[in-house]
Amino acid sequence: MVERSPILNLISQLLLFLGLLSALLPFAIIAIAASHDLRTVNEVPMPLTPGPYFWDNIVEAWNRADLGPKIVNSIVFAAGVALGKVFIAALTAFSIVYFRYWGKMVVFWAIFITLMLPLEVRIVPTYAVAANVLSPYQALLDISGITWLVRQATGIEIALKWGLLNSYTGLILPLIATATGTFLYRQFFLTLPDELTEAARMDGAGAIRFFFDVLLPLSRTNMAALGTIMFVWAWNQYLWPLLVTTDAAHGTAVTQLKELIPQTNGTPDWHIAMAGTLIVMLPPLVVVIFMQRWFVRGLVAAEK
Amino acid sequence: MAEVAIRGVHKSYNKVPTVHGVDLSIADGEFVVLLGPSGCGKSTLLRMIAGLEEITAGEIAIDGTVVNALEPRERGCAMVFQNYALYPHMTVAENIGYALKVAGTRKPERRARVAAVAQSLGIAELLDRKPGTLSGGQRQRVAIGRAMIREPKVFLFDEPLSNLDAKLRAQMRIEIRRLHQRLGVTSVFVTHDQVEAMTLADRLVVLNHGRIEQIGTPTEVYRRPASRFVAGFIGAPAMNFLTGTLAADGRIAIGSGAGTPVTIGVRPDEIQLLDAPLKGTLDFEIELVEELGTGQVFYGRSGEMEMTVMRNGGGEAALPRSGQRLFLKIPMTCVHLFEVESGRRIDLPPSRLAAE
Amino acid sequence: MEKRTLFTNKGLGIALVVPQVLLIFTFFYWPAGQALYWAFTLERPWGGGNEWVGTSNFTQLLGDPVYWNSILTSLIFAFSATVLAMGVALTMALLVDRELRGFRVYRTVLVWPYAIAAPALGVAFRFILAPEAGFMAYLNHAFPGLWNPALNGAQAMIAIVIAYVWKYIGYNFIFFLAALQAIPKSLIEAAAMDGSGLLRRIRDIQLPLLTPTIFFLVVINLTDSFTDSFGIVDLMTAGGPNRATELMVYKIFFDGFKGLDYSGAAAQSIILMLLVIALTVFQFRFLERRVHYK
Repeated sequence: MVERSPILNLISQLLLFLGLLSALLPFAIIAIAASHDLRTVNEVPMPLTPGPYFWDNIVEAWNRADLGPKIVNSIVFAAGVALGKVFIAALTAFSIVYFRYWGKMVVFWAIFITLMLPLEVRIVPTYAVAANVLSPYQALLDISGITWLVRQATGIEIALKWGLLNSYTGLILPLIATATGTFLYRQFFLTLPDELTEAARMDGAGAIRFFFDVLLPLSRTNMAALGTIMFVWAWNQYLWPLLVTTDAAHGTAVTQLKELIPQTNGTPDWHIAMAGTLIVMLPPLVVVIFMQRWFVRGLVAAEK
Repeated sequence: MAEVAIRGVHKSYNKVPTVHGVDLSIADGEFVVLLGPSGCGKSTLLRMIAGLEEITAGEIAIDGTVVNALEPRERGCAMVFQNYALYPHMTVAENIGYALKVAGTRKPERRARVAAVAQSLGIAELLDRKPGTLSGGQRQRVAIGRAMIREPKVFLFDEPLSNLDAKLRAQMRIEIRRLHQRLGVTSVFVTHDQVEAMTLADRLVVLNHGRIEQIGTPTEVYRRPASRFVAGFIGAPAMNFLTGTLAADGRIAIGSGAGTPVTIGVRPDEIQLLDAPLKGTLDFEIELVEELGTGQVFYGRSGEMEMTVMRNGGGEAALPRSGQRLFLKIPMTCVHLFEVESGRRIDLPPSRLAAE
Repeated sequence: MEKRTLFTNKGLGIALVVPQVLLIFTFFYWPAGQALYWAFTLERPWGGGNEWVGTSNFTQLLGDPVYWNSILTSLIFAFSATVLAMGVALTMALLVDRELRGFRVYRTVLVWPYAIAAPALGVAFRFILAPEAGFMAYLNHAFPGLWNPALNGAQAMIAIVIAYVWKYIGYNFIFFLAALQAIPKSLIEAAAMDGSGLLRRIRDIQLPLLTPTIFFLVVINLTDSFTDSFGIVDLMTAGGPNRATELMVYKIFFDGFKGLDYSGAAAQSIILMLLVIALTVFQFRFLERRVHYK
């Protein structure tokens, strides 16, 4: 801070406080609404002090939306996606930065371009692939005539099928590919001094050894940042889990919110809905608060 | 311990040649310094010995085995890097012991050897620290320890002292020299610092533009530089170069005259500074005076030519000041002659030089 | 770009990218290709594969005012959300970067909204902005009928923009603050010594140095506002009232999965993809020129 102007500081503080207020207000309103009964919450105006029913509403929301197993599902799903992304991004970036082979740049750009094809945009055909992951390969075999050849030669009909609907694999696998993560790791690896690799080679370490002994430990900050972002991102996914999990057993907490707001017959039970929302928004918030220090530091490296 | 033979080694990056046919044989236990300006190919040569760069043509043999196709770890070399390249996430002990860990050495033995190396370098109390908490000199010792522990046949140093401050650099120089005397391992040391090169080397290799300019002991290289480049690169302040001629009878003249044109080189401390003109003296107008304590350096011009003159002692008497005009006497017995085109040294028998 | 020192084992290098390549082929490129195929064909009503119909899916779409409406709402949403989310976040980051008293609290709390799921946000803001309950009820109490996003399309749009922006302020704030803190303090001090005041410094020093971040965030914000908005719309307005908030991504889902019109939805996907790609390319062509990379 260079200035010593009290007026300027006052304005700054005011604006910041306003920002803080608008960041926190929704949390507060949700929490307050979750602490009243149905009648109070629909009172006009709603009281701005917490009511006595907070715990009751939490329990009611928990039961009504069956949140227990759903949160377990969400944790498995989000952790799976985050770990998968971190690992696959590190592997790919390692290959792209530390090896030379034909087609490397093609691979890099192919991964990078997926940034422009978010899931929501290709949702319908991706759903079709998830219904049978091997269908692209079946189609390739059919088109290339291999299916026909095999049938002629052996009489066996090739029919590849591996459905992913209503499974953890189906929730996680299609979301693991990551351009952002690969890019982040690539940037990080590029900042490491060449001498480190050379020292490791002089010490006799091969590629795999170098990856596990030097690169992974050095990228702990980035792993934490990427892991946090991806966990939050996956936890907050809505459209994909909504489609892939049609049976209740594999549903996630976020998709379950819809259960608390019936689209028909008018006003929902807001107090219960807000209690449910509070439960669902808590885990990623805890992760962010807990990881914040790492998270911001890892991003600085990411973005340069 | 081993001798290193470099035969006709070339290196090209993307078809652009950077090292053009280097031949060099390094005897067992010898300390050889590769010296040259940046971009001269000295580091590339060192890295080719280490196995970190591919050899485009020619071969390198260590201990009689051609190593061109061998991985770095199979060559028996250890290297100390300019920026130390310590693993930042490992402790000092882990850094030093990493090569042994990779090689599968058992933990008790590893610990004992790390301790022994650390003891000998005076860093035993640092073993549990991370590199980030160490000073430059301490990191340097750890890097040397990491190289020592493998008991390599050849030590390679890639400008290891250039990140240290002047005082520490002088100190580490002595330590490296001592270490070499104690272990007697063949060592190749790359630097662009001539003081470092002169003080460390058994033999000095001066490189320029990917070629060897001269190989010799530090004294040889200083006294009888093989080319104008070497003459200008070694010695501080740098040698003065004047245009002149060499007549058939061996007479050397400054400026134009009869005979073959040559470049005349004379070291600043060989020139005498006079108050009055004599026969054959040059005018000298001082522009700048540097006081070194042990002497002074005068920068100025003689006609069109820039000249540097160094004088030892004489701090008490009235110093010549800038703007003052003096006279220079160049003793022709001390000059070095170089061909104008190629820059190669012209050697004349001393009898003819004395004829001036 | 690559390293000076590389590992020589080509086979291993290739093996390391195989998993990711398989994933992007299976879940990105194949579906994108599939969408392209569907977009130019129609499923025969009684099975037996698809029939090639050329561009008729597209002409049908582009002749449909309902579809144009969804493009328009998407554009309105995307631009207002991007401008607001980035503007507010930048202001906050600049203020926090001054390190006034209590800046650590601001730095921490302003990130929180990013952690909240868009649908949870949708539900929360649906309540907060509900005309009959919650926060806005105060307003309607004073001026009856002033605020009702369930009936007023413009107000419904404002509601989803607010909810979306609230979350993305947190996201942009993280990046802006990280970039601001990477600017050497000595630069700011040098500018102050040169006599430039706070606002001038922001304009002359900080903003030019932030341009790479601003550029990156514009690309991300625009792309995300076309795609990440699904959850908020689905839970807050379900596209209503009267299609006023029917964004493109919502319509794809609605036509594809509710209406089972795969070909129509695929054609819409292609158009959305092209739109996103065109916007990205446009930004790289025209905005990146004004970016000062170090």
